[in-house]
Amino acid sequence: MARIVGGISTSHVPLIGKAIVQRQLQSEPYWKPFFDGYRAVHQWLDRVRPDVAVMIYNDHGLNFFLDKMPTFAVGAASEYQNADEGWGLKLFPPFAGDPDLSWHVIESLVADEFDITTCQEMLVDHAFAIPMALMWPDTRPWPVKTVPVCINTVQHPLPSAARCYKLGQAIGRAIESYPKDIKVLVVGTGGMSHQLDGTRAGFINRDFDQLCFEKLMHDPQALTRYSNRELVELAGTQGVEILMWIAARAALSGRVSEIHRNYHIPISNTASGLLLMEPAA
Amino acid sequence: MGSDIGAHDIPGTTIFGAEEARRGYALNKMCYSFNSAQNRAAFQKDEDGYCRKFGLSPDQREAVRQRNVLALIAAGGNIYYLAKLAGIFGLNVQDIGAQQTGMSLEAFQAKLMAARH
Repeated sequence: MARIVGGISTSHVPLIGKAIVQRQLQSEPYWKPFFDGYRAVHQWLDRVRPDVAVMIYNDHGLNFFLDKMPTFAVGAASEYQNADEGWGLKLFPPFAGDPDLSWHVIESLVADEFDITTCQEMLVDHAFAIPMALMWPDTRPWPVKTVPVCINTVQHPLPSAARCYKLGQAIGRAIESYPKDIKVLVVGTGGMSHQLDGTRAGFINRDFDQLCFEKLMHDPQALTRYSNRELVELAGTQGVEILMWIAARAALSGRVSEIHRNYHIPISNTASGLLLMEPAA
Repeated sequence: MGSDIGAHDIPGTTIFGAEEARRGYALNKMCYSFNSAQNRAAFQKDEDGYCRKFGLSPDQREAVRQRNVLALIAAGGNIYYLAKLAGIFGLNVQDIGAQQTGMSLEAFQAKLMAARH
């Protein structure tokens, strides 16, 4: 049977892409505390060697527009391409899919009353690609297959934290009922606190981010009590991306052990965060 | 639980919901088109003509002309799509943060740094 070997949540700020391409930047004072945080992740991945990464992320207007905006979408392709998001940045090589696992997850989620949108073609943006490049900076082709799960954070109403938590639980059940003997990593991308728009732009809330780390580790359901309006107030308009962290955490049912965390302010306008968890033995 | 979205009571913050999605549709659709380099070039060649082609309102066209991010948001622009337009103008998210808060870029960056403590 498939086994969830761990969960990683990480920021996905587009600017990180610049320092991924221009590697010498990573040793500069601005970037070093951020990139140093991923060493423990590299060591862990090297030891655990997952076969598939289920990537829970939010699209920023690459694959989805307001004409059709799914609340939850699951990729079912054999390959996912990254593409120009408007800034003409250097593109990442394609990501292999795992259509068998994707369809199993889709069938399991719908049976579990999650009426998701199924995508046999899906472009994946920086929120998918940058965490992949942070986790696996050197190995190409990418050493894992992927299953993208996209959560709408563009247009309110967004799914609630409680709903995203339940989605994560359902993803966990789907993975654990998959008959193939594979190791699966669940990744949540985005956050932590930040706000790009309005006269409150530049808002960062260190205390709330720290609270999120603590709750994700020890009492994740506590975070499901926040409404999205409250999350906007506490974490900023784009800080609602903590929804992806909540879903990823929920996929690891039960208690977890913290392997590593990192927190650094600022990367671009964002408080960057990283959390690596394993199911408790 | 109920919906508390649509409540516009967080200072300096617009929650992009039904009203904005409707008012800003044409503007956001234009910005979405900027995923294509060819469309970015077409916009740069004739900004207002490109705006008209997408059916932007006079307010929206004026906000584009002035590169005024707060006015673009008031006209229904969503920051994720507006970031593509801002990119054409050579503005990154820190530049537009500085513009919206009325700060110099250096002061805006200092404000972010200050959040460390």
